[in-house]
Parts: sequence; structure tokens; C-alpha cells
Amino acid sequence: MTSAAPHTMAGVNVTIKNVTKVYEMRDGNDLAALDPIELTIKPGEFVAVVGPSGCGKSTLLSLIAGLMPVSSGRILIDGEEVKRPHPKVGVVFQTDLLLYWRTVFDNILLPIEIKGWDRAKYRPRVEELLEQVGLKGFGQKFPSELSGGMRQRTAICRALVQEPGLLLMDEPFGALDALTREQMISDLQTMWRSVGNTVLFITHSIEEAVFLADRVIVMSPRPGRIDLDRTIEIERPRSWKSRSEPKFIGYMTEIREIFETRGVLTKE
Amino acid sequence: MAEQPARKRKKNYARLVVESLAAPGLVIILLLTWQIAVPLVGLSDFILPTPWQIIRRIGVDYRLLLSNMMVTLFELVGGFLIAAVTGVVTALFIFYSRVFERAIYPLLVALQTVPKVALAPLLVLYLGYGYAPKLFLAFLLAYFPIVIASVVGLQSLDKGMVNLVRSMGANEWQTFFKIRLPAALPNVFGGFKVGISTSVIGAVIGEYIAADRGLGYLQLQANSHFDTTLSFAAIVAIAAVGIMMFALLETVERRAVFQREAAK
Repeated sequence: MTSAAPHTMAGVNVTIKNVTKVYEMRDGNDLAALDPIELTIKPGEFVAVVGPSGCGKSTLLSLIAGLMPVSSGRILIDGEEVKRPHPKVGVVFQTDLLLYWRTVFDNILLPIEIKGWDRAKYRPRVEELLEQVGLKGFGQKFPSELSGGMRQRTAICRALVQEPGLLLMDEPFGALDALTREQMISDLQTMWRSVGNTVLFITHSIEEAVFLADRVIVMSPRPGRIDLDRTIEIERPRSWKSRSEPKFIGYMTEIREIFETRGVLTKE
Repeated sequence: MAEQPARKRKKNYARLVVESLAAPGLVIILLLTWQIAVPLVGLSDFILPTPWQIIRRIGVDYRLLLSNMMVTLFELVGGFLIAAVTGVVTALFIFYSRVFERAIYPLLVALQTVPKVALAPLLVLYLGYGYAPKLFLAFLLAYFPIVIASVVGLQSLDKGMVNLVRSMGANEWQTFFKIRLPAALPNVFGGFKVGISTSVIGAVIGEYIAADRGLGYLQLQANSHFDTTLSFAAIVAIAAVGIMMFALLETVERRAVFQREAAK
């Protein structure tokens, strides 16, 4: 995996076939979190999933990450069925989950250690990632010395260090303030364009989804179902100006209307 | 403008000096009050010796105190080490086995409320007059706080952290050593620090009941000879042992555990 050109992480393809998830509740009843989901993600595609809280979008991510078993159906990554966490997958969670007793540098190397790879080989890679996310010179700092945005950047580096073919992001900017969030969204676009791997991005922000994604998947309230699968045809790189384009507003309105008919948002 | 920060720094420095002198200063004031009050009230040294008499006595009888101190030290460190190992192992079983937790944890908490000092006379009956009952009492008093603090420490890990390392392909073993153990260490050391203090009590109580050496024994002997000054000297030695052990643990902790606050 340590190639001469570490920027090109070949994106994987993801096939989700008739996947459902049923939780067994404590009272003995079953709770259906996902209705059968069918979804194919092409290599290098950036797919955003948007939906109301509790629609099962995080459940879908956990299933793809191999953190819990599907109730029925199959998930394939590059044709290989997901039964446990797939080595080509990196995950960024809602909170940074940095280990407070490790420096930024050692936090980023955690997946390398766990996979039993040679740490020394990845040191230049970590330096490179830190520079890319604007954290050059912060390697020896501890998480408690960083701001929320810097911590989440570190978490993104940690997910990218192993050069994952698929990056799963579970509302990664949900806990950040509005300004930091804006910057992170635009930086993520830049990074993804240089990396070119497959991304599945979970969010509850319609604007975030339309801005970042090649395709936006809209999910219905529980049990989660795909209500809309819309390809976003706005040129990249997208900037804050793109947000005022008629096309951008058109996509936003379309998604908003779906939420209105589902009763997630009220009509004005 | 330039003077402002300099003056401020000076003020901060002065405050730092006052703060660091506060504790020793208070001790000195209390000791001086004691020293002056005893002759003023006219107490004989058989009722209450002055601090200076106690210090002089420690100087005179330091060999006696030291040899008995070694005995107590051995009992409490031995008891503590047994408690540290078995306590952490018990905590691991409680954490990883649901059946074990269900079976043992309520029993442990119930036993915790039994005054263990009340077991001391029985221990002499069962274990004799040697080191065994003292070691056992020191162990018994340290064991519970170590188990409970370690269980709390092991449970303190965020569920999200576990998912994070699992998503990287970590097995149980790696999860334990990479995240669960480091996250538990501050609590475990908290338990150790309580445990070392209680094992001092255990060792001394053991010596009160039946012994022919140790600081507790020395104190009892002094009392029965109305030698109050020596009794106080023994108390000073017992306290010194406790403080030394506590400080030693803190040093180990500072090396082994990254404090959350340290980097702030």
C-alpha cells in the first residue's frame, strides 16, 4: 500500500443488496431500523446520505463498516462480502474519539499499529497528511491542546493514513461550530479531489450533502428507506458561490419538499 | 504599558510563594502553639509531651523506631501488593464475565460494609501471631477500594472508542492494551492510593491485637509503660510510613499514567 504516489487510493465499489436491519428491543419486540436498501456506489464516487434523526443512516454506516451484522441481504466491497470490518475501510465518527494520552502523531498512527504494519514506513505519510489539513507542526501536541476543528482534522488524518478505498463519515462536522464547519466542508472537497477514493458521507444537513456529493441519497423516517437518489450536476471545485446557483437551490428545494411530504419539515 | 506585565508577573510570583508556603506554614503554627501551650496549661509530658520532646525522643530512639518501622513496612507493602494484583485481576473478571459480575459484585459490596477491623481477633485465632494475620488485614483493607476503582476505570471507556478500534480491525486483546487499559489507569491508581493508606491501618491494627514487633506493638508497649512520648514518636513513624508509600505511588503514577489535565 505504500506506493510512490500515495495520493491515489484506488476507490472501491460498494454494493448493498436488499439489506435490512432489525433491532431486538429489551421488551422482546423487534424494531425495524432499515427497510430493504438497494444501493450501488461506483469507485471514486462521493455519496451523501441525508435524512432525519433516527432514520437509520448511521445504522447503514455501521453495517457497511462491519461493526454489526445485517439482518438480511448482503453488503459487498469490491465484490467481497462484509462480515467484519473491511481492511480497506476508514471511518470518521461524529466525535473525534482521539486518545487523550497520545500525541496527534501517535493518534494518527493508531490504525497502522493495530494492523501490525511498520510505523516507521508511515511517518512521512503522516507528515504529508498533517500538512494537507493545515496541521503542520502540530504532530507532537496533545488533543487537549487543539480546537474542535483541529481535533476532527486529526481524526480525518487517522482515517486516511491507511489509504482506505472507502471512507465512511458519520456526521463528521455535526459537533463543530458553523464557521469551522464551513471551512471543513470546503477542505474535505479539496482533499477528496486529490485522493479520489470512494466516500459515503452521512449528514442531516441538506446543504452539506448537495455541496459535497456526486449523489445525494435521501432517506425516509424509520424504518429507513431510500426516497430519492439524485445525481448532483454542479461543476467542481464547488465554492460558496455555487450555493447561490439556481441548480444548487433547485436540488435543495427538491430534497426539502421530500422532507415536507414526509412530515419531517413543516410547510411554510 | 511595559511595566504592567512585569508587575503582574511579580504579583503572580508573590502569590505562588504564599500558596506554596501555606501548608508548611500552617503546620509550623500548629506545632508552635502546641509547644507553647503545653507548659502554659501545666500538662505533664506523661499526659501530653511537646513536639520538641517528641522530636528529641525520635533522635534518641531512632534505631528502635526504625527496626519496628521495617516490620510494619514489610506487612503493609506485602499486603498491598497482594491486594493490588488480586484486586485488578478480580476487576478484570468482573468486567469481562457477566456471570462473575452477577455472582461476585453484590457480595463484594456487601462485604465492604463489614467492619473488617472486627475480624482482627479472629484472624489471630486462625493465622497465629506471626506475619500472616497482619499481611492479611493489610490486604483485606486495600483489596476493596482497588477492585471497585478498577471496575469503574474499566467501564469508563467510551463505547465509540471501542467501535473506532474495531473498525480498524482490532481484536479484544488490542482493544484492551491500546485503549481500555490506558483509559482505566487513572482510576486504578486512584484505587491504589486509597489502598496503600488503608493497608497501613490494616498492618497497625494487626499489631495492636497480637504481635511482638512493629510500630503498633511499640506503641502499645509505650502506652503500658506510661511512656507517652515514645507512643507519639511511634505515631509519627506510622504517619511517615504512610506518607512515604503514598508519595512513592504518586511518582510511579506520574511516570505510568498520562493525566488528562497535564497537557492543558
